[in-house]
Parts: sequence; C-alpha cells; structure tokens
Amino acid sequence: MESAIAIRDLTVRHGDLVAVDHLSLTIGHGEVVALLGPNGAGKTTTVETLEGYRSPTSGSVSVLGFDPISERRHLVTSMGVMLQQGGVYPIMTPLQALRLFSSYYEHALSPESLLERLGLLGVATTPWRRLSGGEQQRVSLALALIGKPTVLFLDEPTAGVDLHGRHAIREVIAEQASHGTTVLITTHEMAEAQASADRVAILHRGKLALSGSLDELTGGGVFFQAPPGLDTVSLGEALSESVEETLPGRYKIMSETSPTLVAALGTWLAEQGATLGELRSGASLEDTYVGIVGDLAHEPPSEPTTSSRRTRRR
Amino acid sequence: MRALRAQVVAEITMTLRRGETLLLTLGIPLLLLVFFSEVKIVSSETARPVDVVTPGILALAIMSTSMVSLGIATGFERGYGVLKRLGSTPLGTSRLLGAKIIATLLIEVLQGALIVVVGLALGWKPSGGLMGGMVAVVACIVGSVAFGGIGLFLAGRLRAEVNLAAANGLYLVFLLLGGMVVPVRILPTGLRVVAEVLPAAALSSVIRDAIGATSAYSGSWIVLLAWFVIAPVAAAFTFRFQGD
Repeated sequence: MESAIAIRDLTVRHGDLVAVDHLSLTIGHGEVVALLGPNGAGKTTTVETLEGYRSPTSGSVSVLGFDPISERRHLVTSMGVMLQQGGVYPIMTPLQALRLFSSYYEHALSPESLLERLGLLGVATTPWRRLSGGEQQRVSLALALIGKPTVLFLDEPTAGVDLHGRHAIREVIAEQASHGTTVLITTHEMAEAQASADRVAILHRGKLALSGSLDELTGGGVFFQAPPGLDTVSLGEALSESVEETLPGRYKIMSETSPTLVAALGTWLAEQGATLGELRSGASLEDTYVGIVGDLAHEPPSEPTTSSRRTRRR
Repeated sequence: MRALRAQVVAEITMTLRRGETLLLTLGIPLLLLVFFSEVKIVSSETARPVDVVTPGILALAIMSTSMVSLGIATGFERGYGVLKRLGSTPLGTSRLLGAKIIATLLIEVLQGALIVVVGLALGWKPSGGLMGGMVAVVACIVGSVAFGGIGLFLAGRLRAEVNLAAANGLYLVFLLLGGMVVPVRILPTGLRVVAEVLPAAALSSVIRDAIGATSAYSGSWIVLLAWFVIAPVAAAFTFRFQGD
C-alpha cells in the first residue's frame, strides 16, 4: 500500500538558501513521526511543502497519494493542520471557531465533544485572544481535528502547554493514531517526541541526519563509527549479530554490549585495517539528537553528513 | 454552500463587533453627513449642502468598508495566521474571497440605506430618477471593487501594523482629496489634477452626477474603471496568504 506521506529527493530553495536538501522520507498510514531539528534545519519548510504552502524546487512530495498543490482540493478534506501560533480569529470564541470550521467539512466532529475531549468546555465562550497559551494550543489542535483528518500536521503541539494539557494532547494524538490517522509532529522537545512518536526523523541543515524508531534511536544496540562502506554482512558473521550501516560511517549492532562483542569488533576492524571511532551502547533521544546536531553543526554546510557523532562510552 | 454561508455570517459578525470598524464605516460617515449638511461649507450656487454632501458620503462609506475595513481586517488575519490556517481547509480561496465580497457588499447596503435615510431626513432631494439610482448603484459596485483591490493590495504585502497605518493614512488623503466632503473644484490646481486621478474623487463625482446636484468632471468614469481593473489585478498578483 502506498505510504501516507512520501518525500522523494525534495529540495526547496529560498533564493540562494537551500532550506531542504535532497530529503527523502516516507511515513506509513497510522504512523506518528516526530520531525526534530534545530532552528533553520528545514522542518517548517518541509512541512509547509507537504501542506501545499510551498512548491518543491526539485523532487516531489505526496500526501495520501495527492500532490499537495495540484490536487489540493482533494487533500484538504482529509488533512488537519495545527500551526505553531495563531491561525484563529482573535475575537472568536473556541465554540464559534469550531462551529465555523465544522461547516467547511461534510462529516465534521461535534464542536462540543471536541471541547470536552480537550478540556476546553470552561473556556468555550471566551474569546481566543483572552485564552492562555496552552488553551490556544488546544483550540488549535481541536480545529485540526474537527474535519476527522486522516493525516495530521502538528507544529509544536505542546509548546507552552501545562502538564495537564500535555497529557490531554498526547492522549488525543495516541487516539488519532489508533484510528489510523497519520501524524507528523514538528517539535524541538525531545520529551514530546519520545512520548508521542513511533519514529523520529532528525533534520539538520535541510538534510535527513537520522531516522528511526524510538527503540532504534534510544534503545538497545551498540553504535560505533568507522570508515563508511564496511562489509556489514561479514562483520555480522564475525560477531554473530545483525549489523547495519545507518548512515555512511555509522553502524549499529543489534545486540547488547559486552566485552566479548567489543573485543570481536575491534579484532574484525583491525583485520580490515579500519579504525574504530566512538562506541556506545544505547542512548536517550536527547543524547542522540545532541550527538547528531552538535557534531554536524561543526561541519561545513556543503559536506555530506557522514562524519562522527559524539557518543558515550560505557 | 453551507461553508460559504457560515463564512459570510462570520465575516459580518466580526466586522460589526469591531468597535473601530463601526466608527469608521458608520459613525464617521453619518457624523460628516450631518455636520456638512448643516454647515454651509460645500454648497454651490445651485445646490444645498445636503444635496452635495450625501452622494459624497455614500462614496466615503464605500471607501471605508471596501478599502479600510476589509484591508485592515485582512491584514491582521494574514498576520495572525488565519489565512494560512484557512488555506488548509476545504473552504478554499474562492469561497473565502466570495464570503468577503458578499459580506462587504451587504455591509455597504446597510451603510447606504442608513446614509440615504439620514440624508432624506436632513432634506436631501436626490436627482436623476430611477436611472440615476441605478447608475449610482453600479458606480458603488465598481468603486467597491476598486477600493477593495487597494485594501487587499496593501493587506497582502504589508505587515499588519504598517497596513493599518497605511490604510488609515490613505483614508485621510482620499477623504480630503476625494471630493467627498471638500469639492475637488475648490482645490488648488496642482492638487486638483492629482485628486482627479484618484478613485475617491472619481467615485464621488460619478455618484454625485447620477443622484446628486453637480455633474461629473470629464474622465471620472474612465478613472474609476481604470482603478476597478488595476487595483484587484495588482492585489491578485501580489497578495501573500502567509504572514511575515
């Protein structure tokens, strides 16, 4: 079955600036993916291209099989968008805004039930401009959900939201995913990605620096750096474990770390004349993110993101 | 149809709930109508002030709603991300613009009715008969499109706060040079030449010619029609849905 979101070799330029650089990423139906990256990484440009607000300079994107620009009228009936800020008439109340937005869709959710679901009944008749930041975020999420979308784009959904609101939002995201809705979350917050996403994609300088499930990025496994292009099949046989080159020069052994494994790895690399870079066992998402972004930040922009990443030795 | 109707109702409700908009679209025109009808500043040898001022105030009302109110509201909607947000819904650009046009015209009908009633109460005697009335309505629609184009041109390019200042500044310029309360004929020659190519003077001139007490200056319809074409086209080509 075709993926819900497909980004194929996408490049988007703003004048001389390359905001997104040959990015490829696919997201399956019902998957919750967090797009992480520092400011200027290309997250917003990528999402705006998927939402149909920007045209690709080269490459292509499709959402639910539709081109977001030329087939927009088909897509908007199935798409929910939550902006990072604003997007609502300031003098409208949440109830008025939801009723207005529900009129745009043939089969909309009940505004009242959405307000209740997101804990907003108490402020249903308060103008948007008088709501707290967290309440505004929840109204914005409600507006994204009102048309029963099958794909949701959420930009910093929990920014400025209190703990109670965060739980409500996370529950709603999980609920949507359980109904088969594909969710793409753009966030700076590792905790948010870790709490809500099945998979994380880290962008840096417009390129995909790393992508994988939370287990792959944070769970078990031994990660090491070595020259790119090693024979992972041969190494796997030597270690009796599965080995994968996740990015050029970055390898992952699907195993728990042990002195025997480390020794065998060192021996195999020595036989190949290859130097072992840094080695670590598992990591938090934040460690992974800082390792990627922190190290890549020191690389010249034109170079491919294939060099080392800072890791922990255990 | 349901979406369009709901959006029209929302646009009208929001417009009428904004105090500053009510002041601009109803308060100021009615105040100027009463004031200049009672004070003999704008009369001619053959016409009473109310016969000169009422058609001019109709033009002012069109400008207030189509250019200033619509332009400022749209500018803030762009700045607040409302237009961007609406762009991702099935409402679509055509229904959004359609709703804005319908809402603007309905508000102008309300304004026109109030101004006519107050004008008649002040002793205005419209001339031109049924044909004059129809010409005036056509002129109001043409003027509404022209001013709407100017308002959206500004709203689509400028930051919301800058757009607010620009629209209000332009309102003042058009009010003074537009022949709405100060006849163009009494302006110094240099200013008169400038005024006569502005949409405000052209609109007030053709309305006054149709139902008022004075005839239009030559070329006023051409000027108005030129703005009717140029302003919306400029807005369409330059409008940005996303804020800065």
